[in-house]
Amino acid sequence: MEKNILIVGVGGQGTLLASVLLGNLALQKGYDVKLSEVHGMSQRGGDVVTHVKIKDGVVASPLIEKGEADIIIAFEKLEAYRWLPYLKKGGAMYVNTQQIMPMPVVLGQVEYPADIDEAIADEAATLVEFDALALAEEAGSNKAVNVVLLGAASKVLPFTEEEWMEVIEKNVKPKFVELNKEAFAKGQAV
Amino acid sequence: MKKIMLGNEAFARGAWEAGVRVVSSYPGTPSTEVTETLAKCGDEVHVEWAPNEKVGVEVAVGASIGGARALSCMKHVGLNVAADPFFTAAYNGVTGGLVVLVADDNGCHSSQNEQDSRYHGRGAGVPVLEPADPTECKDYMKLAFDMSEKYDTVVLMRSNTRISHSRGIVEEGEREERDVIPYEKNFRKYVAMPAMARVNHVKQEQRLAQIAADAHSIMVGVPLDTDELAAAVEGYPLNKEEMNDPEIGIVTSGICYQYVKEALPNASVLKLGLVNPLPLQDIAAFAAKVDKLYVIEEGNPFLEEQIRAAGIPVHGGKDMFTIQGEYSANMIRKGFGVEVPETKEVNAPGRPPLLCAGCPHKGLFYVLSKLKTTVMGDIGCYTLAALAPTNAIDSCLCMGGSIGMEHGFEKATGDSKNLVAVLGDSTFIHSGITGLVNMVYNEAKGTVIILDNRITGMTGHQQNPASGKNARGEPAPALDIYTLCRAIGVRNVFEIDPFEVKELEKLIKEETERDELSVIITKRPCAMIVKQTNVPNVITDRCKNCRQCMKVGCPAIAMKDGKPFILRESCVGCGLCTRVCPFDAIESTARGGEEGKEAK
Repeated sequence: MEKNILIVGVGGQGTLLASVLLGNLALQKGYDVKLSEVHGMSQRGGDVVTHVKIKDGVVASPLIEKGEADIIIAFEKLEAYRWLPYLKKGGAMYVNTQQIMPMPVVLGQVEYPADIDEAIADEAATLVEFDALALAEEAGSNKAVNVVLLGAASKVLPFTEEEWMEVIEKNVKPKFVELNKEAFAKGQAV
Repeated sequence: MKKIMLGNEAFARGAWEAGVRVVSSYPGTPSTEVTETLAKCGDEVHVEWAPNEKVGVEVAVGASIGGARALSCMKHVGLNVAADPFFTAAYNGVTGGLVVLVADDNGCHSSQNEQDSRYHGRGAGVPVLEPADPTECKDYMKLAFDMSEKYDTVVLMRSNTRISHSRGIVEEGEREERDVIPYEKNFRKYVAMPAMARVNHVKQEQRLAQIAADAHSIMVGVPLDTDELAAAVEGYPLNKEEMNDPEIGIVTSGICYQYVKEALPNASVLKLGLVNPLPLQDIAAFAAKVDKLYVIEEGNPFLEEQIRAAGIPVHGGKDMFTIQGEYSANMIRKGFGVEVPETKEVNAPGRPPLLCAGCPHKGLFYVLSKLKTTVMGDIGCYTLAALAPTNAIDSCLCMGGSIGMEHGFEKATGDSKNLVAVLGDSTFIHSGITGLVNMVYNEAKGTVIILDNRITGMTGHQQNPASGKNARGEPAPALDIYTLCRAIGVRNVFEIDPFEVKELEKLIKEETERDELSVIITKRPCAMIVKQTNVPNVITDRCKNCRQCMKVGCPAIAMKDGKPFILRESCVGCGLCTRVCPFDAIESTARGGEEGKEAK
C-alpha cells in the first residue's frame, strides 16, 4: 500500500485540516506517513499545497514529485490545473468547481487559461468534479468544503467508514462533529 | 504515545522532555511554532516573546548562567540580529544547557534571502546539529541540551522550512525535571573582557576538537551519559553510515538525506547529524569504501569545501547541483541519470499572496499609491503592497530597515518631500526604535508611518510588547507607541484610522511637506484578530465603472462583464471600498443595498 495525495487550493480554504485528518487516519491504521505544508506569506490568498505520503513501509521524502500523485484533491479549479503535472498516469482527481480569480487575472495582466477543463479531463483517469462549496453549505458551513472533498475521495483511500468517523470525532471540535460527518456523507454520495 | 507532529512541534516536545525552563524567542517563519507549542505547556517552562532575537538570546544566556536549561528560536535572518551575543556566548560556554534554534528558508518561501546558517555555527565555533525528520527533531533537541552541558558550549540546532514544516510520526516521552544548578560567581568564565576572552577562545577550540573526536561514538535517542553498550543497542548514531552499492557514495545531511534515499535507494550514504565540527575522519573512512564520493547539500558548499580542503576527493557537489532553492528527489534522479516520469506542462497564471479583505494596511497603501509617494518599506504582510495594483513600496531590506533607509535617502537627495518610511508595530519595536532615535539626533525631516495593528501578523498572530498580551495570551502591559515617539523627541506625532482615507491623505501631504520629523501611527487591528461584520457590500447601479475600488487591491473585488463586482463569499464588510468610491455607488447589504439596483 502506498498513496501519494496532493491537496491543493488557495490560502484560507482549509486545506490543512484535510491533511491532518489523512495523517491521523494513517497513524491509526499503523502506516507510516509524512506531510509537508507551507506557512507564512504563502497563506495570504496565495496558492497552497500540502503533500500527504502514506505507506506500509518507511516514507523518506515528505514531498511528492511530478508524476507521483495517486490522488489530487483540489479546492479550486485553477489550482487543479496548476498541479496537473504532479498527477501519476492513471491517477484520480477530485475537484471543487469553485473558481477564485488570482489578482493578475483580475487586473487583466494575464489571461485565465482557456483549456482547463480539457487538460484536466485528458490527464485524470478518474475525474470527479462537483460544487463542494454548495454541498458544504447544505451541511451547515462553507468551511466544510475540505471534509466534503475527503468524502468524495474516500472511495479510493484505504480507510473504512468507521475509521473516517473516528478520525473526525477525534480531530474536530465537538460542536462541529455532526456538521462534518454530514459534510463527509454528502461528499461520499457524489 | 505516538502522534503526528510538525517538525517544530517535535523540537518543542524535545526541549520540554529535556527539562527546558526558559524560552525566549522572536517569531519568524519557519521557526515560530516551536515557541508557540512551548507556550501551551504548563508553568514548568517560562515562555516569552522577546522584542527581537538579540534580546531572546541574551535572555537565554542569562537563564543558562542562572542554572536552567534555556532555548531561543529564530529564523535565519534573526540569527544575524542575535549574532552579537551568540558569538561571545560561544566563548563563554554555559551552566544550564543552552540551545539556539535557527530555521533557514531554502527556496525563500517566506523570507528575503536564502542565508545558510551553518556558517554562523562554524563562525561562532559551536556544534551544529541538523535533524532529518520529526523524530530526529525531538531526539536531537534532547541530545543538544546534553551536549551543551557535557562540553560546556552553546549548541546551534539548524532546521529549515521542509524540516520545520513537515509532519511525521513521533513517539512521546516523559519530561525529565532538572533542578536549577546553584549559581556560583565565575567572572573569568562570564565576563567577556580581553584577558578572559583570550583564554576562553582557547578553551572553545579545545572543546570543538573534543567534540570532533567524540562524534564517531555519539548515539542519539539515549542520554549522553548512557554506557557505550546500552547506547549502541537503544540509540542510533548521530552520524550514520549506510553501506549499499559502493559505486556511489553520498555525504549528506538534513532534508537532503530524505531526497537521496528516495532517489537513489541503492547508493551508500553517510548521513551527518553533526555538521559542525565535521567528523572528517569518518568522512575519509567512508570515502575510502566507495568508488565515487558525492556531496549533496542545499545551499552553499559548506560540507563540500571542507571535505575537499581535507584532501578527500569529491566527484560531484555544487558542480552538479545548484546553490539556489530547494532540492528534490527528482533533481537528484536527473543528476544521476535516473529516469523521471514525463509529465504534462501547464501554463497556469501565478497566484501571488495578497493583503486580506478588511486588512487595515489597504487604506494606507491606497493613499500612498495615489500620492505616488516614495516608500521605504519593511518586513511584514505590508511588503505585499509592493505588488499590483498598489505598487506602493520602493524598498524592503530587513527588520526595521525602512527608517534608516528613509533617512539615508533624504540625506542623499536633500529632500524629504513625498518620502516616507513604513513599518509595522512589531517591526518598529524589533529594531525600528533605534533608527528613529537616529533621525531625531541627526535632525531628519522625514516622515515615518507605523502601522499599528496590535499584533505580529505575518507569522501567524503572535503577541508583541504593544499587544497587551503575553506569549500565553494572558494580559500584559502594552507599550504606548505614541508616548514612546514623543519621549524620543519627535515633536509631530499623529494617530489616525487608516480607513479614514481622505483625512489620511491630507495628513500625509502635510507631514511630508513639513520641514520637521513626523511620525504617523495608523491604528486599526489586524482583520484576522477582530470579528468582522461579514455583511457584504454590493456595487449598485450608480457605478460609473471608474474602477477606483479596484485600486484597493481587495481579494473580494473582481471584474465581471467588464465592471467591478464584489464577491459576497470573500467580502468581510470592512467598508474601505465604500470610502474610496467617488460616486457613493457601493453600500452594505445591511443598509438594503442590492446588487445592480439603486439604493432604497
